Amino acid sequence: MRVLLRNPRRELEVPGPLRVNALLTQLEVNRESVLVIRGDTLVTGDALLADDDDVELRPVISGGA
Amino acid sequence: MRCRACRRPPVIELRRHNAAFCQECFLKYATEQVKRAIDQFDMFTRDDRILVPVSGGKDSLALWDVLLDLEYDVDGLYLGLGIGEYSASSGAYARDFAARRGATLVEIDLPTDLGFDIPSGAVAARRAPCSACGLSKRHLFNQAALDGDYTIVATGHNLDDEAAVLFGNTIRWSTEYLGRQLPVLPATDGFVRKVKPLVRLSERETAAYCVLKGIDYIVDECPMAEGNKHLGYKDALNRIEEQSPGSKHTFYFGFLDRVSHLFTDAAEVEQADLRPCSTCGAPTPGDVCAFCKLVARVTAT
Repeated sequence: MRVLLRNPRRELEVPGPLRVNALLTQLEVNRESVLVIRGDTLVTGDALLADDDDVELRPVISGGA
Repeated sequence: MRCRACRRPPVIELRRHNAAFCQECFLKYATEQVKRAIDQFDMFTRDDRILVPVSGGKDSLALWDVLLDLEYDVDGLYLGLGIGEYSASSGAYARDFAARRGATLVEIDLPTDLGFDIPSGAVAARRAPCSACGLSKRHLFNQAALDGDYTIVATGHNLDDEAAVLFGNTIRWSTEYLGRQLPVLPATDGFVRKVKPLVRLSERETAAYCVLKGIDYIVDECPMAEGNKHLGYKDALNRIEEQSPGSKHTFYFGFLDRVSHLFTDAAEVEQADLRPCSTCGAPTPGDVCAFCKLVARVTAT
């Protein structure tokens, strides 16, 4: 699957199928700090991502206060 | 996994509530959390005129959207900070949202209206960029509300923001700041009432609200914020949250319920010492307020 990460913006290829939580663990991403978007839909941690999915790990942390 | 409310397939899991929600039920949940915060802390009524400062980011646009849906009398305020492409892009998101909702967006542009931008202002004032930015925002949001006869400034600070600020203030035992770290700061001479209706929602929840509502917002981080302390505190708290869901809520709301009253004296002493700035009239503990000092340093360079 193609995985889009941000800040900085970059793309990774990760073999599927793979559960969302397993993907986050593999990439060492804290699940509290991102939304996982497949296509244009949010998916939960137990969702199974296919090898041909486009997935975005969208950071939710912003620095202003 | 099923939606807690309707048992349909969920789109988001909220571990701190040990729950998952489908799109429709999550949007109801998020709106209910905002309504609950407004009621819990008596933030404002339908007679108030509300100004929401919007950055083009997820929190402020989500707040503006919820308050419009709830049919409050609410306008947006965009402050152009002059941070290159980032400001150009963030302003476009704010204007696009206002146009699509048919809402009123008040605009102030630092370079055009005040003669400086945040990068140069920070250098001239020898402040960190986030410090110069925060100072300018606090001053100009309040001034814009006074000028426009708004009775409320409602900001998009969420649970993560408040927990991170509390964490930083506690590490330093900044008692005067702890005394003011409340979801409502009442109106006083020269200050409009300030409220934070998103304190019951996490940052991940406000982002999910925007995605599920189809609200386009600027995802990229402000280039000036990279590596700041606030982001470090959020990262530390999210590591705790991952191990122990609900920790951020317990930390912040436990502070409000059990401890914050212990620090109100320190905040009241500081408040009592305020007098009008000799340049702009805004309340300040000195002769000239910090914002006017910043402007003076910038214009002197």
